[in-house]
Amino acid sequence: MATLGHAVDTAAERRMLLLGVRLFILSEVMLFGAFFTAYFVLRAQAPAWPPLPDLERPELPLVGFNTLLLLSSSVTMQWAVTRIGRGDAAGFKRGLLATLMLGTVFLAIQGYEFASNGFGISDGVFGSTFYTLTSFHGAHVLGGLLLMGVLANRARLGLVTREHHTAVEGVSYYWHFVDVVWVVLFLTVYVL
Amino acid sequence: MDRWRRPGLARGVLGGVAGFAVGALPIVAAAQLGADIKPGHGLALGYIGAQVGWLLGLGALRFWTAWALGRAADPVDQAAAHGRAGDWTRYFRFTTDHKVIGLQYLITSFVLFLTAGLLAMVLRLELAQPGRLMDGDTYNTVMSTHGIVMIVVALIAIVGGLGNYFVPLMIGARDMAFPKVNALSYWLLPPALLLIVANPLLGGFDTGWTAYPPLSQQANLGQQAFILTFITLGVSSIISAVNFLVTVARMRAPGMSLTRMPIFVWALTVTTSIVLVATSVVAAGMTMLLFDRLLGTAFFRPSAGGDPILFQHLFWFYSHPAVYVMAVPAFGAVLEVVPVFARKPLFAYRLAVLSFIGIGVLSFMVWAHHMFVSGMADYFHIPIMITTELISVPTGIVFLSALGTIWLGRIRFATPMLWVFGFLWNFVIGGITGVFLADVPTDLALSDTYFVVAHFHYTIVGGMVYGLFAGTYYWFPKITGRLMDERLGRAHFWWFTLAFNATFLPMFWLGLQGMRRRVADYPADLADVNLWTSVASSTIALSTLVFLVNAIRSWARGPKASANPWRAHTLEWQVASPPPVENFEHLPTVTAGPYEYGVSASGPVIRPGGATGH
Ligand SMILES: [Cu+2]
Repeated sequence: MATLGHAVDTAAERRMLLLGVRLFILSEVMLFGAFFTAYFVLRAQAPAWPPLPDLERPELPLVGFNTLLLLSSSVTMQWAVTRIGRGDAAGFKRGLLATLMLGTVFLAIQGYEFASNGFGISDGVFGSTFYTLTSFHGAHVLGGLLLMGVLANRARLGLVTREHHTAVEGVSYYWHFVDVVWVVLFLTVYVL
Repeated sequence: MDRWRRPGLARGVLGGVAGFAVGALPIVAAAQLGADIKPGHGLALGYIGAQVGWLLGLGALRFWTAWALGRAADPVDQAAAHGRAGDWTRYFRFTTDHKVIGLQYLITSFVLFLTAGLLAMVLRLELAQPGRLMDGDTYNTVMSTHGIVMIVVALIAIVGGLGNYFVPLMIGARDMAFPKVNALSYWLLPPALLLIVANPLLGGFDTGWTAYPPLSQQANLGQQAFILTFITLGVSSIISAVNFLVTVARMRAPGMSLTRMPIFVWALTVTTSIVLVATSVVAAGMTMLLFDRLLGTAFFRPSAGGDPILFQHLFWFYSHPAVYVMAVPAFGAVLEVVPVFARKPLFAYRLAVLSFIGIGVLSFMVWAHHMFVSGMADYFHIPIMITTELISVPTGIVFLSALGTIWLGRIRFATPMLWVFGFLWNFVIGGITGVFLADVPTDLALSDTYFVVAHFHYTIVGGMVYGLFAGTYYWFPKITGRLMDERLGRAHFWWFTLAFNATFLPMFWLGLQGMRRRVADYPADLADVNLWTSVASSTIALSTLVFLVNAIRSWARGPKASANPWRAHTLEWQVASPPPVENFEHLPTVTAGPYEYGVSASGPVIRPGGATGH
């Protein structure tokens, strides 16, 4: 009955794994939901946002560019899924590597942004919510990149095929979810 | 020393110690270099390292690491991880058989139950007379540890124990959907449980299991042990919930339609859905609390714009539904037992299922009834009061389903059925007294008194623990292949029930007199009743020994049980006792509902798809 590690993904195993991923993502939605709840509650109670006048919110252009990077990484991921579904292993690898690269650059830019922000995590509720939300999201991006690294390794060994790529689909669900969270995060924490 | 070379407990412990060092050493080094670092940083990173080292040493991750590296799965190793019949070592290592994992959960729960029970004895010793035996911090630590350990028991005993063991059997599957995830969910627990039991060494903690800030932000390292344990439990229950839900959704035997599912499976489906949705919210709340302690964030720190009430919302958004994570599986076990011993179909099966779902949905709309005195927004009071009282409708239907099945049945008063009657009695008391805590005006007076303590012990012990005992006595022959001693079983039931009621009924009165909970002392005029309560509570502990003796003796040399000693119709009774490692030689085909006692032909109406271990 084991799903991982079998030579062939049967249809039943594929359905089980993907349902498991969806349910897991539901619990992740609630996780981010709780952090967003904290953000909105604390922001609603603050006299101004940021509450202290000497804090400045991050500049939008760089983050906007970063958002575009992450959005396009979802496109390349989906493209990779489509390619392997048609048995095009080379196309899949290209799509996967593009996604990996976009995600890595995203994290690098976010690291740069963290370093150049004029505030830290201990700067009141503003810093607390900002860094907790963004770094929890960043940790999820990092997790996705690690999973993709594993997929890339397996693809290199010829283990990802048209008949055997349920894990790719599972990772793609997760990656799209991480992307959607970022869009919400961008709109509320940065823009609103 | 072969044992160090193979994955297993010994290597797990070694890995855990090494992992702790790897995690904590950089923090110690940084502290030596003068960085602004607290012991809590070392504990947090050390704990994470210890978990990783423990799981690696145990071999819990070896299949996934092999997969990630692109190595072919080793079928010999996989078979060994599943284990074979009669191999006792599989109970002490990373084993993927759901029946082994179920027993691991059950026995762990029982050990925790005894531990936390002993702590309760310490509390009652202090409360036996006015005045003080121990200092306040010690009392608080004992009280808090008793609370959280019992909560863990209530959360994992039925779901992790009986649920893991019986859900696959009852739906006609060979195992859970993800057996390795299942084993992982269990093996995440030992380090966390060790940490929480060892919290007095870290200075203890005095917030109770609710961990409200600001006290929990200031309290010492024992508090952080609590937070880490809580988060670990959350992760373990989330992955376990995913596993249950996929199993029920995708692995039912042919013919096992949703309306033919045993009610216990339905109960666990609703329960694990609640776990899946609610748990990450409290995990987030606990994470924010941890960050407030370690990273200087201000989530719950009013001086920097934070809001301690926010923590209470996040906490109870999980922790009220958690009450149903404890209670609904017990309802399920009770409704499972009743038709078998009343020899009648389960009354209003479909309505009971709908009520479970109703309870599950409503449980998310009532959390703030724990916060009527917290200073939360006033406009929240009345809606929450109404939703809380609404939940008594589906709960009442479940109760009526049990009563309607018993009504005019040919009752066999065997031990499991006695626990059902005890459950029904306690639940009436627990339910009715709950109304006074749901009503805002009465709650304002009763909040934080022993009335609350009595109420939730009637629901959790009187409900959940009674369901657990009903289920344990019912399924014991299936698990062990041996019958339990009925006389000792009855003695256990009557003794426990009298002692339990003698302990907790007077607490309602104590609460009405204004005796405060979570305080080591009380006014002298309440001395007599408290002494009575303390004596009565110690007899609860003694009655548990009767169960222990009965279980061990019966397991070792009780009379052999047939495959179906209670003549039940559900699938788990159609295989040998104990079930073979693969559960079903051929997967069964289900042709009728599980409770058609006296309706269709007598005897099992489920036709196995071939020869099974009858
Ligand atoms: Cu509640």
